Parts: sequence; structure tokens; C-alpha cells
Amino acid sequence: MITFQEIKRSFLVSVWFMFLTFPIMVIRVNTVQNVIEWRWKNLLFVGIGSFILSFVWRYLIQRKEAGKKKAEAGEIDKMPLSQRIFEERKIFVPGLITLSVFALVFPFIFSLYQTNIMITGLIYVMLGLGLNIVVGLAGLLDLGYVAFYAVGAYSYALLNHHFGIGFWAALPIGAGMGALFGIILGFPVLRLRGDYLAIVTLGFGEIIRLILENWNEFSFGPSGIANIARPSFFGIQFSVQNATIYLYYIMIVLILFTIFVVNRLQNSRIGRAWIALREDEVACQAMGIDKRKTKLTAFALGATWAGMAGVIFAAKTTFINPASFTIWESIIILCIVVLGGMGSILGVILGALILILLPEYLRAFSEYRMLIFGVMLVATMVFCPGGIVPDIRRTYKFEGLQNNTKNNP
Amino acid sequence: MEPLLKVKNLTMNFGGLRALDRLDLDVYAAEIVALIGPNGAGKTTFFNCITGIYPPTEGDMVISPPGKKRERLNGLKPNHVTERGLARTFQNIRLFLNMTVLENVMIGRHCRMSAGIAGAIFRGPDTVKEEKAVVRDSYMILEKIGITDFVNELAMNLPYGAQRRLEIARAMATEPFMLLLDEPAAGMNPQETKELDDLIIWIRDNEKIAILLIEHDMKLVMSLSDRIYVVDYGKKIAEGTPEEIKNNPAVIKAYLGEEIDA
Repeated sequence: MITFQEIKRSFLVSVWFMFLTFPIMVIRVNTVQNVIEWRWKNLLFVGIGSFILSFVWRYLIQRKEAGKKKAEAGEIDKMPLSQRIFEERKIFVPGLITLSVFALVFPFIFSLYQTNIMITGLIYVMLGLGLNIVVGLAGLLDLGYVAFYAVGAYSYALLNHHFGIGFWAALPIGAGMGALFGIILGFPVLRLRGDYLAIVTLGFGEIIRLILENWNEFSFGPSGIANIARPSFFGIQFSVQNATIYLYYIMIVLILFTIFVVNRLQNSRIGRAWIALREDEVACQAMGIDKRKTKLTAFALGATWAGMAGVIFAAKTTFINPASFTIWESIIILCIVVLGGMGSILGVILGALILILLPEYLRAFSEYRMLIFGVMLVATMVFCPGGIVPDIRRTYKFEGLQNNTKNNP
Repeated sequence: MEPLLKVKNLTMNFGGLRALDRLDLDVYAAEIVALIGPNGAGKTTFFNCITGIYPPTEGDMVISPPGKKRERLNGLKPNHVTERGLARTFQNIRLFLNMTVLENVMIGRHCRMSAGIAGAIFRGPDTVKEEKAVVRDSYMILEKIGITDFVNELAMNLPYGAQRRLEIARAMATEPFMLLLDEPAAGMNPQETKELDDLIIWIRDNEKIAILLIEHDMKLVMSLSDRIYVVDYGKKIAEGTPEEIKNNPAVIKAYLGEEIDA
């Protein structure tokens, strides 16, 4: 229903936007002829555009509110889409089969370029799942996650450069180095939480990057390390094309492994302790959970995956330098976790694929690429604040357990 | 008989403020002891000192759990205090709001479990057994406390009274020999308070857990407690059975103020 009220509001919004964008969209100083150009046509576009958008915006907000009210009134048995997919075999099984077949034939139906992008996407899935342990589960806001990614990448690059160690040997070493650095960072920040923790981790990330950039004897400085070996298959070296396809499959296997491990961790004694730590630190300790140990395991395990992803990154690009490990990477990985849904594995995977693949495919829009990207982020956070696929707690069934003990007051 | 918990000379300074002033307190087995006093008297600080959240400035806190040897609590971390068998609830409910009711109780079992990272990933027979046991045990505790209706609900969706009960259930899951309840009846209606009264007595009688509670609801305190300690400005001003406390002039003065003679 479109009422006069709504039209009035949209009209005001559009006037406001026309006013705001007036200086940049309408006025242009032509420095060659020293005249001012008035582009009134742009004003019209902005006006009409914001008028329509404000309608769409309000419609979506209203729908969200209505959904909330219905759920509160218990009118609809509200089961989120993500849960329905898992619950109903009819959707879940064929969906899973289609997805696996698609993942398997992907490198053969798409070009090398696409496969490369997909590998990058999968690396970020891995990074996202790792950071999900630290931020999503344990609630420790880590802005320096990229440091562990760098540690992994440089572990492989340096070991390969100096000692010729291959990819497969470097993978566990990189993961181990990541874990070690996770613990090194973990110790000083044990007492911190929230904003303070975020700032310290941010500093830590910058320290690692600056060391790599300036310690020329150790890391070859900004010029980086080139000619890193691609993964080999029992000593066989592939051509560039085949190596990429091979790396793609390695990535698929490692992602499955990651999902398996993270899922098991999540539903374990340790995973529950992480979530309790996120929910309430004081209560968590008062319930007998060792805060130190829990925080350190979260940092160490999160960093392990970053270290592994770093090794793969080095093997994929065959060249690394500190420019690949800036704060921007940390922010993107954090966005993946928050946008996807904190603590939700499926959400993080979707988040990573959307955030990494979308800018690639938006290249067609060239200069508006980042604008669309930003609008998407804002819209997702406004309309689904819990992320694309919010975390759902596991439920337990208790048939045959009822009334085992005598009921009392 | 040795007291389960013996607190001697406990003093806590926050800068220049003396929140607790040489406080003594004993709790014996199968006792319900209440700690009362006006707002700001230092009751919650006392709890925080015992449970290791604050390190006390001075004094001794010694526990003698049944069947175990005596031990000093001074300098122990909160999680170690809980491991030793002292479990607490909080004045302003501190549940894990985004976890289910059952998971909240399962967290309480944490320190009685042993699975590590390897156990979680490989999920060997021991871990599977432990996980099954923890689910069953937690459910039984919920059954005892009487909130099984909400088992798979998120804790944040629970009505207030049930949240208070869940906090008690969670504390019980740590297998304590003594429960410290910080204003368990705060914000409850008379009906809920009555049920809480029954629950606390039931816990003491059937689970053989001693109870130390802070409470402002005088009706509840008088009907429940075996002994009462009254504190004001961090000092103990009275101690005794409910009858004695009711007629103690110092207590009346602390609560109602002094009569001014013209």
C-alpha cells in the first residue's frame, strides 16, 4: 500500500539526497575554459533514484519487522532457511551431490583464470574458518590475523628458498609455525578483551609486516621471495596449467578437512568453552573453565589454519612480498566472518565466496565495483545482522530419558 | 566438627575504601547460612573474594571438603575454586545467553571432563562416552531443578524465574559441596520465591550441599536460614539464628536507623 505519507517521506529523502550530492554531481568546474558547468540532468537522476530506493529500503525493513512479529507471536514455525536445508533430506542430499559434482568438474569446465580465482576464494574460506574460531566462537576480536597468514607463507618461502623443502613438508611446518605465533601473541593479550584486544592484535599484525618489510637479510625486504616451488605430486612437477588444477583439488580436500575439524571442535568440550568465553568471561571462569588455556587454544588453533593457508598462498602465487599481508587482508577476513555469520561454518564459507568472488565478477562495472561492494556489506548488516547464515545451536533429543529421576519442586 | 568453609579476618581494600573489615564466617555441613546487610555492605565483595575474583587484602579462607583434606583458597583462580567444589551464582544473572539451556549446564560439567583438542577432533570412544554422559547428566540436573521444558531453548529466551533456576542448575553441574547464591530471589514474585525456597531446601537435604546465600527478601531469609550473619560497612555486626537476629538491636539500627531523642 502506497500512502500519501510514504510518498511524502520518499520525496523528502530524495530532496535531501539531491541537496547532499549537489556539489559533486551537479557542479563541475571546467578548468580548461574556466567556466562552471551545471549538470542539472544528474540532479534529476539522483532524485528519481533515491526516491525509488527509499521505497525499496522501507519495504525491506517492513518485511523484516513483520517477520519478527510473526515469529514472536508464534504464528509461523520459524525455521531458518539454513536449518531447513540440513533438516530436509529431500533438499539436502541432491544439493550436496550437485555441489560436489560441480566442485569436482569445476577446473575442466572453466578457464584457468576462473580456477585461479576459485583457489583464491577457497584460501579465504580457509582463513575465514580459522578466524571464525577466534572471533566467531571465542569472541576474541583479532585484527592482526593476517600476521599468521604471513608467517605461514614466509615459512614455506624461506624453507623452500634456503633448503629446498617441498610443499607437502612445509604444510605442517607452516601450520605449526602459525600455532606457535598464535601462542606467542596469545600470552601478552590474555588479560585483554574487546577493544583493547583488537588494538593489540592490530599492532601485532603490523609488527610482523614491518619486520618482513625491513629485515632484508632475513626476508629479502619489500622485493619479496620469488620462484617458490608449486606443489609436486610424489616428486612429479606439473606444467603451470596442471599445477593450478592440482592445487585446486588440494584446496578442496583441505577445505573438507577444515570443515570436518572445525565442526568437531565446535561441538566438543573445548568448543563449548570457547562459546562460554565469548558470552561471559567472568561467569565462564566461575564455572570452572581455565580462561588462559581456553584463550590460548583458540588463538593457536585459529592461527594454525592461517599458517596453512599461507603455505598454500605462497605455493599458488610462487612469489610473495609483505604487500600481500597488509591490514586490509585482516579486515576482509573479519568481514567474511561477520558477514557470513559468526560461529556458523556454512555462513563463513558463503561469506568468503561472496566477498572474494564478487569483486572479481564485478570487474565489469569497473569503477563502481567497490561502491556496489560497500552497499552490499551495509545492506547485509542492516537486513540480516546475524550474518547470511546465522549460527544455530545444536539441539538434543531425550527420548526415554524423561522421568528417570523423581520430579521435585 | 570442622566447618566446610572457614573465613577468618577477611579484609578487602579498594584503594582507600575498606569494603570488608576483618570478617569471620563459618559454614558447617548441611547448613543454610544467610549473609544479609544493607546495600553496599560488602556482601557481594565477600563472595567475590571467596570465589577468587578479587584477591583479598588480608585474611584466610580455608575449605575442608567432605572426604578431602583442608585447603586454603587464598590466591586460587576462580576456575580452581570451582574445581575445589565451591560454585556460585550471580546477583545480576550471568548466563551464556546465546547457548541453549542444556549447553549452559554442560559448561558447568566442563571441569569434571577431560577431553582435549585431540579428543575433540578424533572423537575416540572415551570422548564419545564422555559426551553422552555429559548430555545425560546435564539433563538430569535440569530435571531436578525442574526446567526441562526449556532444554533446547536459548537461555536468553527464558522467563526470568527460569533464568535464575538455570543459574542454580549450572552451578550444581560443577558438583559442588557448597553453593554460594547471590540474591537468588531478586526480582521474583511471591509464588516464584516460594518455589525457590522449596528448591534450596531440597538441594540441601537431597544433594547434601551446604548453602551460603545473600538475600534481601527477609521473609525468605528468616524461613530458610539456619544461621544468619549481618554485615554493615564491611563489618560483621551480628550473628545467630533467625530469632536472635530479629531482636538484635544492632541489626535494627543498621536497617532502620537510630531513633533520635529530642
